[in-house]
Amino acid sequence: MSIAASFEIEYLQYLDESGKLLREDVPAFARDVRALVEAYKLMCFTRTFDGKAIALQRTGKLGTYASCLGMEATHIAIGSALTEDDVFAPFYRDYGTQFQRGVKPREVLLYWGGDERGNDFSGPAHDFAWSVPIATQCLHAAGSALAFKIRKEPRVALATVGDGGTSKGDFYAAINAGGAFALPLVVVVVNNQYAISIPRAQQTAAKTLAQKGIAAGIESIQVDGNDLIAMRVALDHAIKRARHGHGATLIEAVTYRLSDHTTADDARRYRSEDEVKAAWEREPIKRLRAYLMSLNAWTEDEEKEWLAECVKRVDAEIDAYLATKPQAVSAMFDYTYAELPLDLERQRADALAAAKA
Amino acid sequence: MAQINLIEGITMALAHEMARDPSVVVLGEDVGINGGVFRATVGLQQKFGPERVIDTPLDEAMIAGLTVGLAVQGMKPVAEAQFEGFMYPMIDQIASHAARMRTRTRGRLTCPAVFRAPWGGGIHAPEHHSEAIEALFTNIAGLRVVLASSPGRAYGLLLAAIRDPDPVIFFEPKRIYRQYKEEVADDGEALPLDVCFVLRDGSDVTLVTWGAQVKETLEAADALAAEGISAEVIDVATLKPLDFDTIHESVKKTHRCVIVHEAPYTGGFGGEIAARLVEHALYDLYAPVERVAGYDVPMPLYQLEMSYLPTTARIVAAAKRALAAS
Repeated sequence: MSIAASFEIEYLQYLDESGKLLREDVPAFARDVRALVEAYKLMCFTRTFDGKAIALQRTGKLGTYASCLGMEATHIAIGSALTEDDVFAPFYRDYGTQFQRGVKPREVLLYWGGDERGNDFSGPAHDFAWSVPIATQCLHAAGSALAFKIRKEPRVALATVGDGGTSKGDFYAAINAGGAFALPLVVVVVNNQYAISIPRAQQTAAKTLAQKGIAAGIESIQVDGNDLIAMRVALDHAIKRARHGHGATLIEAVTYRLSDHTTADDARRYRSEDEVKAAWEREPIKRLRAYLMSLNAWTEDEEKEWLAECVKRVDAEIDAYLATKPQAVSAMFDYTYAELPLDLERQRADALAAAKA
Repeated sequence: MAQINLIEGITMALAHEMARDPSVVVLGEDVGINGGVFRATVGLQQKFGPERVIDTPLDEAMIAGLTVGLAVQGMKPVAEAQFEGFMYPMIDQIASHAARMRTRTRGRLTCPAVFRAPWGGGIHAPEHHSEAIEALFTNIAGLRVVLASSPGRAYGLLLAAIRDPDPVIFFEPKRIYRQYKEEVADDGEALPLDVCFVLRDGSDVTLVTWGAQVKETLEAADALAAEGISAEVIDVATLKPLDFDTIHESVKKTHRCVIVHEAPYTGGFGGEIAARLVEHALYDLYAPVERVAGYDVPMPLYQLEMSYLPTTARIVAAAKRALAAS
């Protein structure tokens, strides 16, 4: 037998479930304990925000909301690895990344609260808004990367997509473009094991999602997505390659969605309590906390103090969100085109008259 | 001034705008060294290089999605679909993203992109190469939908489409790509994207059309003139946003209207124009509005395609019905 080509997928993990270091080659950023503590604090902040956003929805003060519970390490690692000039094309639950890029929690709430101004956010002006049509954002990142390549700018575009999204053509098209054009592109598959109710095993017969990148001819790796250190190592490598003209990378971040898909979902219909209980053992915050405590870099007192601070900060954001006055009716017309066509001017006048009546 | 046909008007506009504005890039299948399947992009890669005239992998959804990304990040992409019938996989990106990027982000992000495609039947092409799908796009808020029907309008409207700050669907009636030549100056003068063009003045009946049917409609006007009937001919050109006022002004004068399009009758854009005439011009009309359209059948393969497409005789007959009714 002759082999035409053969491939393997590396799996990367630094911290085990209990927060014990598995490898000796600790990367430079992880030796900076203060930076790790900052990342940990952001993960806690994101989780506090998430819980309070769900509570807001339950009390009728927010529309349908997509939780990020359990995916904090992946999201915070992405946010810390990108620079402001890079472009982030998220799907719709990557708040941790966006907070680091300057998006305010009140803006996230505004979007899920049914107000487009949440997308006119305080993060980098070139970042994409949340993308609801699954996997379409991967191509926006690829197109952005193509623009950077044409203009010879040392910038990187990064898209996130779920495990379900890897079944879509746009996902394959994006990584294929990344390979064919050698684009400064990183696609992170946030494999949280479920696409609403469909488990990862039913999504594809492929053993890993990372190996889909092999078909596109790009570097591909599977990472423990609940391990902040491993995620940063993989991202730093991918982003450096992209920035220096060495092409695109696919990172599969293996994590678990501890929450329902959205507040409109009830995950108890399709997965067992035992499974969720086991997943809580692997969750990212607990493991990083244990590691930091083992280094004497974080204490129970600091934990208590910081969580109280998170509540205070998120409450202030919620107050700001709730105090935001709704947009004028005219807003739905005013951004449809750069200049309002005559046709729409008439409709706008009708809508304003109807609103007055 | 050069004597050029319609497709040369497209090429001339692309070359002009690429020379003027370094952010303009062309992407699609076979647009580079091959110059496009209809030769719309011929010579551009040699002139502007493979980084600005980009041969893509064979995936229309990819082309559309890359185009959105390019446009949002400050480029002016002109994407080509080889045939309009290959645009269906692009519609998700166009409708879900290109058309709503500005409004979604309240103006923070915009999508100044052009999606070009050869359009319509009549060239004996295989299945899916002869569709008239403009009405799929006219119902999408945030787009402009343009059909060029002469060499000069192809040049001027494409310049305007590329310069427009919002996404434009730009259809080129392939049946008349090489129908005739006319003098067009490469002067960079764009045409407006919000007006209809009155191609012929008349007083008895208004014939409203777009795309390749401009040819049959002008022939019908000649035939009617031979019988002493004066027909006004309007090329709508930009279907969205619609310049209804020009159509209304004409109908105030002629009191009769025939709408001609090769897209299927039901849900075709002619229905929109007819509805507006009923809403705003009912008392100006002396006769019911007539529509001459494609039939509500899938575009037949080429042996029957000329029986599907509106003919000069059908347009003449419709005009006479309108005149007889009053």
